[in-house]
Amino acid sequence: MAMLESLDTSASFAADEVEASLPDAVTGYRAFKLGAFTLSRDEYFVRIQWPAKGQERSHLIPADAFLRATMRDVAWGFFYGWVNFDEVIGTRNHYGKVDLYAGTFNGVLREAGVDYTEQFETPKIMATFKAILRDWTNAGFDPFAAPEETGSAFGRKNGDNIEAIERFRVATRRMPGLPDDSPLRNDLPVNRQFVDVPQDEPEIHAAEGFEGELHAFNLYKYLSRSDVTWNPSVSSVCKASLFCPTTEEFILPVFHGNDRVEWFLQLSDEIIWDVADKDDGAPRARITMRPGDICAMPADIRHQGYSTKRSMLLVWENATPNLPQRYESGELPPYPVEF
Amino acid sequence: MSTAAFRTVFGSLDDHRMGSIEIIQGEARHYAFSNIFDVASRSAPYEKVVVGLNLGYVIETLRAEGVSPWYTAAHDEFAISVDSEVRVDFLKLDEPLADGEGTRLAGEQPKGRPMGYVLLKRGHQALLPAGCAYRFESARPGVLLLQTIKGPLSVEKWADICLK
Repeated sequence: MAMLESLDTSASFAADEVEASLPDAVTGYRAFKLGAFTLSRDEYFVRIQWPAKGQERSHLIPADAFLRATMRDVAWGFFYGWVNFDEVIGTRNHYGKVDLYAGTFNGVLREAGVDYTEQFETPKIMATFKAILRDWTNAGFDPFAAPEETGSAFGRKNGDNIEAIERFRVATRRMPGLPDDSPLRNDLPVNRQFVDVPQDEPEIHAAEGFEGELHAFNLYKYLSRSDVTWNPSVSSVCKASLFCPTTEEFILPVFHGNDRVEWFLQLSDEIIWDVADKDDGAPRARITMRPGDICAMPADIRHQGYSTKRSMLLVWENATPNLPQRYESGELPPYPVEF
Repeated sequence: MSTAAFRTVFGSLDDHRMGSIEIIQGEARHYAFSNIFDVASRSAPYEKVVVGLNLGYVIETLRAEGVSPWYTAAHDEFAISVDSEVRVDFLKLDEPLADGEGTRLAGEQPKGRPMGYVLLKRGHQALLPAGCAYRFESARPGVLLLQTIKGPLSVEKWADICLK
């Protein structure tokens, strides 16, 4: 989770607010109510239903894509701004409250008036999303992994994978490896696609009396041992400036619309970003980033990345709390630099 | 199935290939797209070129070549070597900087006790603790990334470095 503040995401938190059905007699999965939304799944699809214009509306998402998106939304504590699961469904973080929307940021659906948004207290929607993940993630499917690394999300209910969806959240205060800070990853194996990344640590020669005061570590080694994909995790903190590197493979499971500017620096290999209008989803640009490339994601777009080989990406966030209002009011331009 | 090994591609001063922006609507310059190796290849040694700016916070690219001045700051900073080997020497300052933001020069011979040094190879990250002085040294040209706040030494030259 790339935030300074931490959110209680334990399985039991607000669990009493979850509205779940009994398991379906055929598929074995539960259905969930969240306000006027109903969420259910079958062998292949997740179905989301909502009311609009006096009718019930519905949308289907393949179960694997839905679980990957929900996994990120939960792990990130709803992240910054908009987390679009696809072109219809998504959440918007108000930091304490969260909107769940259907079609509201799709130009065509919104124009037709068939969209719907409902706001929830964060603990209720978090508990419901966690309950959905626990029920709908079968044994052998890891929604945090790339497709080549894990099994199938499809079929009738078949066990669970609680371990995969309850991974320890990295909350770094200053820098990993410092006393009383997040740990290094020496106990995790090197990912199969990073076996050629050198594993040597920097040499630290502290003068007498300053043992333990100098600190350095091998960031690329640390990243080579990341056991999840598309999960920005803090690796250095300069006041509200957060370096949140992550390892990327396949497709970013969400189309992220930020409520502030963020920056990407490609550390290895290559990612292609689809960039679209944040409000209506109209395509704006396609950006190819190679090693050493750095570029801003303006505050008025949404983006989704594609990475064939597992790659190292530095996501750079400014965690200052009042930024969404300052961008939304027009006080701050959506672009970080004028030249 | 192919058994060819995966090869992780990193960039360097001598070997980098910038990506691209295909515009559908809008302007390429709004993405402030540059390449840190390209920037460092055209920079003076230890010129602190701003390649990322977020409301006062910056990412700077430095060409590491020879010995740098002594630097200090009133807050933590972080350095990542992204090409070649860089040595960082540290001093515990007798009179540490208490206020202000961004990197400052610490003077020719800052008063303080030597804390030691770290050797950074490619991909290695060091903490540059608040209130200390530090100095870089590199026998052959390398590239550093600095996470800090915009300061008097920060150089902005977006029009020279960004895709338009």
